[in-house]
Amino acid sequence: MIDIGQFKPKTVYVIYIASAPEKIWQTLTDRKLSKQYFHGNSVEIEPRAGEKFIARLPDGRVNVSGKVVEWSPPHRLSTTWTVEWISEMRELPECLVSYDIEPAGDCVRLTLTEAYRWDVPEAMLAGGRMGWPAILSSFKSTLETGKPLIIKMDRRRR
Amino acid sequence: MSKPKFVHVTYIASTPEKVWQALTDSKITAQYWFGYSLQSDWKVGSTFTAKKGEGKPVDHGIILESHLPRRLAYTWSPQYEQFKNERPSRVTFTLAPFRDQVQLTVVHDDFDKGSKVFESINGGWSKALSSLKSWLETGKGLEPSWSENMKKVREAMRA
Repeated sequence: MIDIGQFKPKTVYVIYIASAPEKIWQTLTDRKLSKQYFHGNSVEIEPRAGEKFIARLPDGRVNVSGKVVEWSPPHRLSTTWTVEWISEMRELPECLVSYDIEPAGDCVRLTLTEAYRWDVPEAMLAGGRMGWPAILSSFKSTLETGKPLIIKMDRRRR
Repeated sequence: MSKPKFVHVTYIASTPEKVWQALTDSKITAQYWFGYSLQSDWKVGSTFTAKKGEGKPVDHGIILESHLPRRLAYTWSPQYEQFKNERPSRVTFTLAPFRDQVQLTVVHDDFDKGSKVFESINGGWSKALSSLKSWLETGKGLEPSWSENMKKVREAMRA
């Protein structure tokens, strides 16, 4: 098992959602629901630590692969994360992506943390810093209005 | 070390004009922004105040830029005792339309190193902007633990 203490947070995004922790958990981990808010990617995840995690592109290719590090419904989901579809990124050390779900008043605080155990260049963090606000904005809309946002991203890394 | 800077991006199913209105109409801000009315004529050089009902302003500032409906910037001077020695920081809203949505970027910067205001704002913006998005998309703002926060603020004001 990997030592999560070695990973340092580099990108953190907090969003509040009018929903329940259980619904947020379900939407994060369900193959069909994930397609709605995650740029058409389907999340395929085995429900225990040590098992496989994949985000699959709409055309069937693997976008992201990793392993489940923590599976604690409905509080914390943590997976390692290797971007597979860009060959230069495939060889890089994996990062750790965690979702923390906490009740906050009459809604829920969802905190996304992207953490690294190496000195990742700022330029490489740009993709996530552009992507997470779009994914999580769409995630919130999916839960609150039933309508995900279709947000076109520039797929080239800057 | 670079100077402290807070950036938050959110996407809202709305138009720039509606987002602008929600940022500048005192009756609307009161519905999603911790209950605060933001009042100003929103002309460059004018002042704005943020207050709850007839209470004392908790924040005020000067309008730096006002390009309806794309860009709004103002200085930010929270009126709490613990921040009284700090000079004003700066908040900039950029509204970029995309199809049926708006990409709203909030940059809060121009802080001095070690700013206490900077330490205090991160949580607030996530809440206010999440609530703004809900208000525009569903007609309802959020109430994420306002009461607990307000208790802390009141204690700080009494100190």
